[in-house]
Amino acid sequence: MLDHTPKECIERKAIVINPAKTCQPLGATYAALGIHNCLPHSHGSQGCQMYFRSHLSRHFREPVEASTSSFTEGSAVFGGGSNLKTSINNVFAIYNPDIMAIHTTCLSETIGDDIPTYIAQATIPEGKFVIHANTPSYVGSHIVGFSNMTKGMVKYLSVNSNQPNGKLNIIPGFVNPGDMREIKRMLKSMGAEFIMFPDTSGVLDAALTSNYNIFPEGGTKVEDIIDAGNSIATLALGSFASADSAFELKKKCKVPARTLLTPIGINATDDFLVAASRLTGKEVSMELEEERGQVIDIMADLHQHYHGKKVALFGDPDILIGLTAFLLELGMIPKYVLTGTPGEAFEKEVRPMLEEAGVDGKVKAAGDLFTLHQWIKEEPVDLLMGTTYGKYISRAEDIPLVRVGFPIMDRGVHSYLPIVGYRGAMRLVEMISNTLLDRVDRDALDEDMELIM
Amino acid sequence: MKDKSIMKEELGKMLDKYPAAAFKGRKGHTLVVDQCLAPQEMVADTRTIPGIITERGCTYAGCKGVVVGPLKDTIAITHGPIGCGYYSWLTRRNKARKNEGEEHNFLAYCFSTDMQEADIVFGGEKKLRAAITEVVEIFHPKTVMICATCPVGLIGDDINAVAVWAEKELGVQTIAFNCEGYKGVSQSAGHHIANNGLFKHIMGTGDAPKKDFSINILGEYNIGGDGWEIERLLKIIGYNIISIMSGDGTVERLRSAHKADLNLVQCHRSINYVAEMLREKHGTDWIKVNFLGIESTIQSLRDTAKYFNDPGLIERTEELIEAELLAIGPKMEKYREICKGKTAALFVGGSRANHFQGLFKELGMETVLAGFEFAHRDDYEGREVIPTIKANADNKNIENLVVERDEKSYRLILSEERYAQLSKEMSLNYFEGMIKIMNDGTVVVDDINHYEMESFMKLLKPDVFGSGIKEKYVIHKMGTFSKQLHSYDYSGPFAGFKGAVIFARDIAMGLTTPAWKLIKPKWKTEPMLEGNYIEEVG
Repeated sequence: MLDHTPKECIERKAIVINPAKTCQPLGATYAALGIHNCLPHSHGSQGCQMYFRSHLSRHFREPVEASTSSFTEGSAVFGGGSNLKTSINNVFAIYNPDIMAIHTTCLSETIGDDIPTYIAQATIPEGKFVIHANTPSYVGSHIVGFSNMTKGMVKYLSVNSNQPNGKLNIIPGFVNPGDMREIKRMLKSMGAEFIMFPDTSGVLDAALTSNYNIFPEGGTKVEDIIDAGNSIATLALGSFASADSAFELKKKCKVPARTLLTPIGINATDDFLVAASRLTGKEVSMELEEERGQVIDIMADLHQHYHGKKVALFGDPDILIGLTAFLLELGMIPKYVLTGTPGEAFEKEVRPMLEEAGVDGKVKAAGDLFTLHQWIKEEPVDLLMGTTYGKYISRAEDIPLVRVGFPIMDRGVHSYLPIVGYRGAMRLVEMISNTLLDRVDRDALDEDMELIM
Repeated sequence: MKDKSIMKEELGKMLDKYPAAAFKGRKGHTLVVDQCLAPQEMVADTRTIPGIITERGCTYAGCKGVVVGPLKDTIAITHGPIGCGYYSWLTRRNKARKNEGEEHNFLAYCFSTDMQEADIVFGGEKKLRAAITEVVEIFHPKTVMICATCPVGLIGDDINAVAVWAEKELGVQTIAFNCEGYKGVSQSAGHHIANNGLFKHIMGTGDAPKKDFSINILGEYNIGGDGWEIERLLKIIGYNIISIMSGDGTVERLRSAHKADLNLVQCHRSINYVAEMLREKHGTDWIKVNFLGIESTIQSLRDTAKYFNDPGLIERTEELIEAELLAIGPKMEKYREICKGKTAALFVGGSRANHFQGLFKELGMETVLAGFEFAHRDDYEGREVIPTIKANADNKNIENLVVERDEKSYRLILSEERYAQLSKEMSLNYFEGMIKIMNDGTVVVDDINHYEMESFMKLLKPDVFGSGIKEKYVIHKMGTFSKQLHSYDYSGPFAGFKGAVIFARDIAMGLTTPAWKLIKPKWKTEPMLEGNYIEEVG
């Protein structure tokens, strides 16, 4: 397995080997699916849309529908205006969504297609919406694409109509529908009123009823995204995927914005609930306080199984920052933290966390899994945490893997269950300690097998 | 099966819902099979209508993803932004292993130049040269392949010049594929580009020693280990397999492909170009085989032996068939009991929607709808229509290699009489296409899209829908079982005799898994009397 990966690092300036990110339009597609009755549209070659749909479907095991401008060589030369206008006609005539969310691709960005002009020239049925986001694949990553499409929702839709709604806006970031459900559950438990967008719960974790509808029940309603301009404040969960949209909303509608960590682990969840409580005036519920206490109880009872273990983790920046914080709360050692998404801000945020905890680790943005593997070869770790792609390193180096993040394509159910909030923390502790204990059982001599651990 | 005229009326109704331009684009891509009207003409290999939720991919996917990607001993660098390389990394289940004497297997690696904004503005050639230099330094491959993505062609990066540079400066053969995603109308153009590149630069450059009964297996991608199962059968009979294009394949073996006596073509659409070019240049015949399904496997093995007309081969073929049938014994029967009388719909790539029909038939299931994603007219109507296919603006852009006879290597194995005789008995340099194998009243659809798939599901109510990941969960949400026939839902192999049993097991399992019967909750199906009773007591 990965036999051709040498231990010694040769400096690379050009080739990326085994990426830990993908391109913007995938994130834009995911964000757009979080609007109710929305059809994402990819303005580029049809292969892009085929790749996003396949990849998202593999992670969620759900239908993912999106249309495409299906560029040909001719449209690549003469511009995609006619393809886009035809697309808008066909999408509303055939699929009839409430809203169409267009993102660009490396193709349409390279030829400089002017999307707002094309939208202005198109015939859009009354009462329907068409929004867009520029998502050049050669800038940033899927996380930036998610951020840009969410920002596009604010730009096109949100309005401050001077009718305060008393609600709190939540931008959850590129997390699973299971996480979005958990964030909503916590707020409901407090009795707080809120608008969360995008919201893929009910879209990418929909029930099987045998009544198929191309647009499932879930997703944030367009009217709620419009109304987000009247909210008390916006909490952006995760600076990489959510902050830009919150500040766009502040700029456009004067809704105060605050960026928090993705609420993974104890302190980050506490911070989220404190902020939500202060802004809405609702108290943190006893139900949540009890859950918190349960996690602390579990952490005290199980610490001997994971305390002091070294972990290599990779994935998307907001999730990694939250996970790093939680691993430190667990007394574990986040030895290597690597994201494919570029941006110095990531290293600037994670490094001090490690330094403060006295961890001698490595942190990298714009990295790839080849680098991570070479680090592990140089100095091994006890546990790997990351996406499905980690299984190759896991096998090559015989290190157990806890699957977390996007994408997980070789296991099911994960997208329904949270890693955020206290419930999510409980689930993470279960996954981490079980994985380590499975390894202990596997490796134990007969005489060392323990009935009770 | 519904009456033909009713089916035709229903098709008309489905198409009527399209706006005028889309209607024009889609009519002619569906037909109700009616052998009285044979030959029926199909519209295929045309542009996808913008705004349609299409199931098709792009030229890059056809070139890098399908044909070049499975070659395990070469480093295929995707020159472009990160997405294209990332999505085509390990997602197709073209299995490969390092066999004895083989040095490299790079398939678990993804190589990309990850173009950034500055590369788009100032050109990406410099980065590409550096990338090749780095992979050569780290991995020491014997060949490097460069696969272009959309922006490469637009900004005018000359990847062919970079390939020439790499060969000269680094001493590693480097081949460039101009497979930008916007070319052509589907993956199909990418197959053609890959065929051309490998034929031009690789095939014919090797000198494997001459052995008896030498063959190439073309258009077999070893999904779920199919290629390994086919290879096992052919080796037992005594064939010398020179190369496989391209599942578990190597560039080094492909170099001697011209040494084969015969080419076996599994996937017609993706590989017929190479099969034809080898025939034109070296005289090598090809036969269309199908190792999916017991009957088709037997037929393919017999045809191959018959081509060589060697008594030993023919005898060993019969012995193998007998032994394999004995080994699977009555295993198919219990699955057949579950499946018989049910119906299937198939929407898969370029030849699979043909290949799997026999397997379903062996389970007692009729295929009521079949379609290809990116096929050409000959895949539907048979190769006899090729001379009548008109070139259009899109396929004209894909290079058609003019191949001349190589007098040194050109040889014909069959005499004229024998060629004429065998042409009647097998698919010799010929593919019959889809329409001829389907029953009257069934539906053939080209480039099906989301709307049409939903309509056909309501109209035909098949019990199984065989397709890909993008369609699978839509079908499941309707309460119907869908089997992925690109990835086999991570099962397989489905090829050969043993594979047929695995396929039968999977289909029977999918049809009978209890989940389908649990869809309706009890409170929706049972009278809720107790509730009233408690109220009265209260």
